[in-house]
Amino acid sequence: MTWTWFHRLGSPPYVYTLAARLTPWFAWPAALLIIGGLWGGLVLAPPDYQQGDGFRIIYVHAPSAWMSLMVYTTMAVAAAVGLIWRIKVAHAVAASCAPIGASFTFAALVTGALWGEPMWGTYWEWDPRLTSELILLFLYLGYMGLRAGLEDTQRADRASAVLAVVGVVNVPIIHYSVTWWNSLHQAPSVMRLAKPTMAASMLVPLLMMLLGFTLFFGAVLLVRLRGEVLSRERSASWIREIVKA
Amino acid sequence: MSAYGSPATGVAVQAAPVARQAWAGSRQAPMLEAAGLALARDLQLAFRKRGQLVQPLAFFAMVTMLFPLAISPELARLREIAPGVLWAGALLASLLALEFLFRDDAYDGTLEQYALSGQSLTWLIFAKTAAHWLLTGLPLALMAPLAALSLGVSAAAVPGIVASVAVGSVALSLIGSIGAALTLGIKRSGALLSLLTLPLSLPVLIFGARATQLAITGGPLLAPLELLAALAVLGVTLAPLAAAAAVRISLE
Repeated sequence: MTWTWFHRLGSPPYVYTLAARLTPWFAWPAALLIIGGLWGGLVLAPPDYQQGDGFRIIYVHAPSAWMSLMVYTTMAVAAAVGLIWRIKVAHAVAASCAPIGASFTFAALVTGALWGEPMWGTYWEWDPRLTSELILLFLYLGYMGLRAGLEDTQRADRASAVLAVVGVVNVPIIHYSVTWWNSLHQAPSVMRLAKPTMAASMLVPLLMMLLGFTLFFGAVLLVRLRGEVLSRERSASWIREIVKA
Repeated sequence: MSAYGSPATGVAVQAAPVARQAWAGSRQAPMLEAAGLALARDLQLAFRKRGQLVQPLAFFAMVTMLFPLAISPELARLREIAPGVLWAGALLASLLALEFLFRDDAYDGTLEQYALSGQSLTWLIFAKTAAHWLLTGLPLALMAPLAALSLGVSAAAVPGIVASVAVGSVALSLIGSIGAALTLGIKRSGALLSLLTLPLSLPVLIFGARATQLAITGGPLLAPLELLAALAVLGVTLAPLAAAAAVRISLE
């Protein structure tokens, strides 16, 4: 009886209306935090003593890179839940995550390259973090490619779920091997960004952006999830009732 | 696995003549024996279609040949890039060979019979992957020194190169088995298979190329070799489970 709230999450009509109700609770705080964080980061924070104004791209780059990993983890967890307990809605969540995560990864790569130009003098440096990000993008593309290749939704769900779980086991291995590879080939003179001694005026906007991006992901995920549920349940009777109403 | 696996039903595999021979009799073979029979069957089938065995090796030789033609015939420069050339070639060749791993058995229904046989599908898939490694990974490892010598590498590096390609290709076959199982039944799946498999294979490439490089320069190559072995062990432990799950999903 106390678990009914959980079991209801497996029901597409319930999730569809719940997602609609929850979306503004994610979207509005996300908008406020991102606007506030951008204002704090681009206007209030002082220029970095080494990088000048160039460092300000961190306010988009770091949250994007953070989200690219978090979305992959979310996707893998949802896929595993769907695979183990055969919950259709969990598969819908995983499927909705992939394009969002790929976009965040792409954004992290582009902002990283733009940042590299003033800092390293080149748009692309085989830096371990950028390289890991690029591999992550390929993992997302593989996941979406597999889904697109399989016409039967159920099979696409289950096959892509196996891939997501295999991928999430591999992400740390890939990350550490790339870091190790990189330390062999170039002197560790590449700038160290994640200084723990970041001034509060720089750090607070960054944390606001991180939280804002996370909530933004929640909002976009809910919207995509509704679309995904609609397209999966297109022949169900409850959809006809919603459309009529 | 046992959640799906039907209890021993004693269904005899009747897909290929070789298999029927091996599975004759209605008794249920123990797990390891069944895996051994599957392995023997795959090897036997492969030796009856020898042409297919040569293809990945020829491909590997071709890829190796591209680099002197595209970069320069200077042995000093080629020696420098030899580890990368060998490993990129081995990776691509093993990727090419992956298409044969399950395809024929999926076509003629053997995989379905495996899944219904009541035997552990994980073990049978592991046996198939082992056969695949014996037929592609091991020959690649034996051929890699030849390619290396043609790139100006000294003969002293040969044992290290054989060891690194042999160990690394175990991991490549196992990682590849997951991708091959997931893409079963998708038409023109070659590009998708490489998109799924290559990102997961990159750690093998990194450690393998490093071990090969140390073998060529005469450095201590034990550390990257051990990391390669660790990846292979991890693959042996987990990949057959994932591949068997993927095969079941593909057969549904």
